[in-house]
Amino acid sequence: MRFVDEYRDPDLARALSAKISTLAEPGRHYKLMEVCGGHTHAIYRFGVHDFLPETVELVHGPGCPVCVIPMGRVDDGMAIAERNPDVILTCFGDMMRVPGSNGSFLDGNARGADIRMVYSPLDALRIARQNPDRQVIFYAIGFETTAPSTALTLVRAKREGITNFSVFCNHVTIIPAIKAILDSPDLRLDAFVGPGHVSTVIGCRPYEFIPRDHGKPLVCAGFEPLDVLQAIEMIMRQLADGRAEVENQYARIVPWDGNRQALATMADVFELRPYFEWRGLGFISHSALKLSQRYADFDTELRYDVPGVRVADPKSCQCGEVLKGVLKPWECKVFGTACTPETPIGTCMVSSEGACAAYYNYGRYAKKRLPLHV
Amino acid sequence: MCLGIPGQVIEFFDETDQLAKVEVTGVKRNINVGLVRDEGLEIGDWVLIHVGFAMSIIDEDEASTAMEGLQLLGEQFDTEVEEIAASRIE
Ligand code: SF4
Repeated sequence: MRFVDEYRDPDLARALSAKISTLAEPGRHYKLMEVCGGHTHAIYRFGVHDFLPETVELVHGPGCPVCVIPMGRVDDGMAIAERNPDVILTCFGDMMRVPGSNGSFLDGNARGADIRMVYSPLDALRIARQNPDRQVIFYAIGFETTAPSTALTLVRAKREGITNFSVFCNHVTIIPAIKAILDSPDLRLDAFVGPGHVSTVIGCRPYEFIPRDHGKPLVCAGFEPLDVLQAIEMIMRQLADGRAEVENQYARIVPWDGNRQALATMADVFELRPYFEWRGLGFISHSALKLSQRYADFDTELRYDVPGVRVADPKSCQCGEVLKGVLKPWECKVFGTACTPETPIGTCMVSSEGACAAYYNYGRYAKKRLPLHV
Repeated sequence: MCLGIPGQVIEFFDETDQLAKVEVTGVKRNINVGLVRDEGLEIGDWVLIHVGFAMSIIDEDEASTAMEGLQLLGEQFDTEVEEIAASRIE
C-alpha cells in the first residue's frame, strides 16, 4: 500500500477510484490516451492504474519532446558540432543521451566535439556572450511549453546584436500530433487526458475540434496523481452522460485562452514548417516550427550545411508503436534486455517522460503489487 | 523539462530583459518573468518555472502541492534541481 499512502489525500483518491468504477459501463472497454509524457511519468510513478477498473486502459501518447526527435535530426546536430571546431552545441540534459546513428552527443564529446548541457536557452546565450570567438548553437526541442522560452531568448539575442548565437529549431506543436493519432487506423480511443503545461501556453480552445469533429472528450489535467484521477473521473462522467467536451481540470494553472504574451512572441519568432518528421509517426504536415524570416540570421539551418538525411530507426526499435499507443513498452522485443535507460536503443527509454523509461523505472514493480481494495 | 518547478520571486533586477531573482528549493537563481509580468507579478509571488522562464503565477498552496509532488518523483526531481543550480542566467 505504499503508493496510496503517498497520495496527498488517500481518501479522495479512493473516492475518485470508486466513482470511476461506477461510471464504467459493464462490458465496455475504455481507452484513454494521456498525451503528455509528464502524465505518463506520474501515472507509473504513483501507480494510477491501480485505482482504475481493468476495463479502463491508459494509453501513452506522443507528448514527450525527447522521444519524438528522429534519428536524422540527432545526426544533423552531431554533424554540425563535429565538422565545425569553433562550434559549441548546447542542449537540454535529456537530449545528451539520445542515440543517433553515430552515437549520442555524449559519444560526440568523447570524440572531441564540444556539446554542452544547459538548463535554459538563456544559459546558451550567456555562453555565446562569454565566447565571442566561438559559434554557440542552441539545439531547441520541446512542445509549446518550451518554445516561448526559445522565442524570448532569440528576441533578446537580436536586440543585443549577438552574432555568434543561433538556434537549431526542433520545436513541435501538439495539435497536429493529436490529429495524426486520431487519423491513425490502428487505434480506437475514447478520450484524451490533455497536457497541462502545454495548455498554459495554448489554452483549451485549440482542442475544441476533438469533441466537435471526432466526438471525443478531452480534459486538461495537472500532474499530481489526484489531478490525473480527477481528470479521468471527468472523462468517464462525460462518456456516461453521452457528452463530448473540452474540460479544464487544471484551471488553477491553465487559462482557457492560454498565455497571450507567449503566443504573440512565438508568432513573431517562428513560422510553421510545411512538414516535419516525428520519430515513429513519420512526416506530419504543419507540425513543427522554424525561425521566421525576421530571425533568419539566427537560424542554424541557414548558417551551416546540414546533412538533413532521413535515417530509419534501428530494426529492433518499436518506439513508433509505443508513441502512437499501439504497443505497450513491455511488448517491445528489446525492452529491458538490449534497451535499458543505461543503454537506450530508442528515445522512449532516454527521457524519464518516455513511456519505456517510466515503465522500466516504476511499472515493472506494479505487477508485484497487491490489488488495491477500495 | 516539462514538469515545471515552483519558485518564489525575491527581486526584479532587470526591467529591459525582464529578469528576476527567485528562490527555488533554497537556491537563488535568475529567471525571465516576461511571460507573466503583465499579470501583475509582485515580489513574494510564486511562479512555475520551465527552463528558466516563469510560465504561470501560482498561489502558495499550489506551490507547496507541486513541490511535494515533484519530490516524490525522486531522481527526476534531483536532476531538475541540479540543472537549475548549474544555471547562470544573466
Ligand atoms: S524498449 Fe527501447 S526500442 Fe523498444 S520501444 Fe522502448 S525505447 Fe524503443
